[in-house]
Amino acid sequence: MIRINCPYCGERDHSEFSYGGDASIKYPSLEASEKEWTEAIFFRKNIRGFQLETWHHSNGCRMWLEVERSTVTHEIKSVRPCHPDLQKVVENNK
Amino acid sequence: MTRFNAWNVIKNGLNGQSGWSRQWRDPEPKSNYDVIIVGGGLHGLATAFYLAKNHNTKNVAVLEKGWIGGGNAGRNTTIVRSNYMMPGNHEFYEHSLKLWENLSHELNYNVMFSQRAHVSLFHSPGARDSAARRYNVMRLHGTDAELWDLKTLKKKIPHLNYDDSRFPILGAAVQRRAGNARHDAVAWGYARAADSLGVDILQNCEVTGITRKNGSIESIQTSRGTIKGKKVGFAVAGNTSVLWQMAELGNLPIESHKLQAFVTESIKPLLDQVVVYGVGGAHFYISQSDKGSMVFGGDLDWYKSYAQRGNLPIVQDSAEAAMAILPCLGRIRLLRHWAGVMDMTMDGSFFICKTPISNLYLNAGWNYGGFKASPASGWYFADLIANENPHNNVHNHNLERFEKGINIDERGAGPDPKLHG
Repeated sequence: MIRINCPYCGERDHSEFSYGGDASIKYPSLEASEKEWTEAIFFRKNIRGFQLETWHHSNGCRMWLEVERSTVTHEIKSVRPCHPDLQKVVENNK
Repeated sequence: MTRFNAWNVIKNGLNGQSGWSRQWRDPEPKSNYDVIIVGGGLHGLATAFYLAKNHNTKNVAVLEKGWIGGGNAGRNTTIVRSNYMMPGNHEFYEHSLKLWENLSHELNYNVMFSQRAHVSLFHSPGARDSAARRYNVMRLHGTDAELWDLKTLKKKIPHLNYDDSRFPILGAAVQRRAGNARHDAVAWGYARAADSLGVDILQNCEVTGITRKNGSIESIQTSRGTIKGKKVGFAVAGNTSVLWQMAELGNLPIESHKLQAFVTESIKPLLDQVVVYGVGGAHFYISQSDKGSMVFGGDLDWYKSYAQRGNLPIVQDSAEAAMAILPCLGRIRLLRHWAGVMDMTMDGSFFICKTPISNLYLNAGWNYGGFKASPASGWYFADLIANENPHNNVHNHNLERFEKGINIDERGAGPDPKLHG
């Protein structure tokens, strides 16, 4: 069981969360070429090691989180809210 | 290599089993090969076998970082079926099933292929309609497919849970020619048959680097020295992205996820078919091995991972599904469970295609279904490597299909790899 330290709820089992996917993807502008959109939607680096990914605390506070996790050992380095404003709130409340 | 036949079995039975030769050689790597296949799993071994057999290309090496049968070849639930509907997929898997039907003779190795029927339960009128559509498409293509009503199903498999009020069983979609096989025997059989045709199987030979020169691959660095190949094929499902990036080719429409499977203690004959139960997003399939163990599997672990070990929530999910459909298993004990790393693709279909490097060919993206695909995968991949032209049945199974908008999305789940289970 992976344990994720939710900034709002505290450390919980990963079964409370839903896995989102690769958090490093940046969607291009609407005017970008088909090739760029194909790359963003369909192509992945599929890192073997630490990667940024999103998790949704779907059975908790329902916050989307950005998690830095190893895809080999499942060790988690950092957890923070995806939304930049929520990140600030969490920082200020520390 | 001593052939397996009645005469040799009797002869060696009388002389203390002393007349058998080893199953395949353990050669030192040569410096040059016509074709190097990276990955000694079922797909890599099948490719080497069909290269030698169908295309007379015998100067072939298969590089395996571990041992034969130690990767995903030994991490599956051994189910073979061809109930696919999309153009390309259907023809491909049906060809595979036909190869399975003759595989033991072809390889002179008993792969224990058992066509015991694949019974896919449905629990709502909508699911029945959907199954009817799929299985009608199969019939139109000449594949065997039938729907069993509740009466037939109860007669065939009387001990399923027919009293479940939440997910009542209404019937089943059945492919009788489907079934399962012994996974180790398939790996060993292909390795032995390929070896006897001259293929070098190099175990404990991990690829550590790839040297490119003028748009093609010049040589491959391995833990057993540098090897040159005129052509190189990748067949390393699970780790395709790692190798792809070693060749500096960037990203792929693949994520690595893991899938668990389970084996129980042996019991007397209980289940004559492969039974599939899928409701409310759950997915569960079970059969009984010839040894008597119940072999079953469920969903992916739901997050990306290269770790070959499974998580506990899925153990619980699978056990719950087992209890929901076969309550008589309540007191059975689990012996083992394991996880294999899957290439989950963006549309749930595989790749047998050329690559941006002129002498590199890709075999990847087998999602949940690599085991049943292995004979046809080797067949068409060997054909692509030898003839340079993808066969009609795999000509859309390339990396360009996403940009062109010709996704082969059997499940209609969209570009989220974990949903294609």
